[in-house]
Amino acid sequence: MRKPHATPSAIPTSTSMGLISCHACGLLSSRALASLPCPRCGASLHHRKPDSLARTWAFLLAAFILYIPANLLPIMVTQSILGVSHDTILSGVLFLWISGAKGLALLVLVASVIVPLLKMMILVLLLLSVHFRSTWRIRQQTRLYCLLEVIGRWSMLDIFVVALLAALVRAGMLATIIPGAGALAFASVVVLTMLASLSFDPRLLWDSLDAKDD
Amino acid sequence: MVESPPDHPLIACHDCDLVYQETALPPGGEARCTRCGALLYRDTPACVQHSLAYCSAALLVFLLVNTFPILELETQGIHRNATLFGTALTLYQENMAPVAALVALTTLLAPALELSILCYLLLLLNLKRRPPGFAELMRLLQLVRPWGMVEVFLIGVLVSLVKLAHMAHVLPGLGLWSFGALILLMAASAGAFEPHEIWRQYEQCPNR
Repeated sequence: MRKPHATPSAIPTSTSMGLISCHACGLLSSRALASLPCPRCGASLHHRKPDSLARTWAFLLAAFILYIPANLLPIMVTQSILGVSHDTILSGVLFLWISGAKGLALLVLVASVIVPLLKMMILVLLLLSVHFRSTWRIRQQTRLYCLLEVIGRWSMLDIFVVALLAALVRAGMLATIIPGAGALAFASVVVLTMLASLSFDPRLLWDSLDAKDD
Repeated sequence: MVESPPDHPLIACHDCDLVYQETALPPGGEARCTRCGALLYRDTPACVQHSLAYCSAALLVFLLVNTFPILELETQGIHRNATLFGTALTLYQENMAPVAALVALTTLLAPALELSILCYLLLLLNLKRRPPGFAELMRLLQLVRPWGMVEVFLIGVLVSLVKLAHMAHVLPGLGLWSFGALILLMAASAGAFEPHEIWRQYEQCPNR
């Protein structure tokens, strides 16, 4: 167990100094103000993001489940005089590759297939690290967390493509494009993984290291 | 509680919780956490002026983006175009209301909120006045920031161009060129914005 007020020789974290850092404006206040409004900006003060682990796991599990229909169900349905064709994310990538836009095909593959999967894997790694109080490469893990916030948004790419195609190719033309059920599942995966990474608190990784040092 | 002199306040790393005493940085310098490598704060004395310039320009360009079509399509005499709002509207009409809401949030609402809040706060700070509602708006800004995805949308437009090229004549609209400018300006505005310095300047403003 850590002492509430550590000696000056201990690593000066806000926890060991009896301080609490405002998640909105960064002001350090006394720990006694926990769950009260921040004196500078009025945001509610929390030592760590509230229920960080439970919320992250919940969003992440929901994302994992929806990832299956997101990839199996068609995200786009094209109706034309030649018939009806259903496109999933992977068949869309394949279409781009065959039509010669190989760079773009790779980009869509990375943004819609690899990024969501990578994001969920990284979150699982971070969560397990916190659960097992592992101190293995936490600096790199913290950087991975920052990477999550940068790359996560790119998964929206396919949703935007479907939306644009549906807006342009409407009734009266040779073909009509309508968004499929997969688009809904895929959009949910993007939102859920974003909520999961926003709920995670990277300081939890360092808490186990600070506890060992005491 | 540890008291710190006002000119050397304490600051905690938001990623690993290590506490530092703030020191003056060399011009253009930045302070990084020695333990986890996260950015703590930067020396940006002209932060308010620079981000105000970028975000007010971005706000004007954002109006252009929403006025003009982004893509125009022509096939067998039928002419169609897609605007930002029209894209979200189509999804709504196709019974995809949740996806429509998400597209509207990420391409319209979040950037509009971010730019108008920034312009309002920075304009008043630039006049050395305390903007009413400063703290609430700073929190709202932090909340909407992750959801603005205009740069992803632009790549989406390019992918759509390629996908449609075989079935129709597709023209990039005026909105698309404005879109490119918007992304550069928004990135510059976000790069120049330093919340740490904004809060410091806010606290230095006379109370009225």
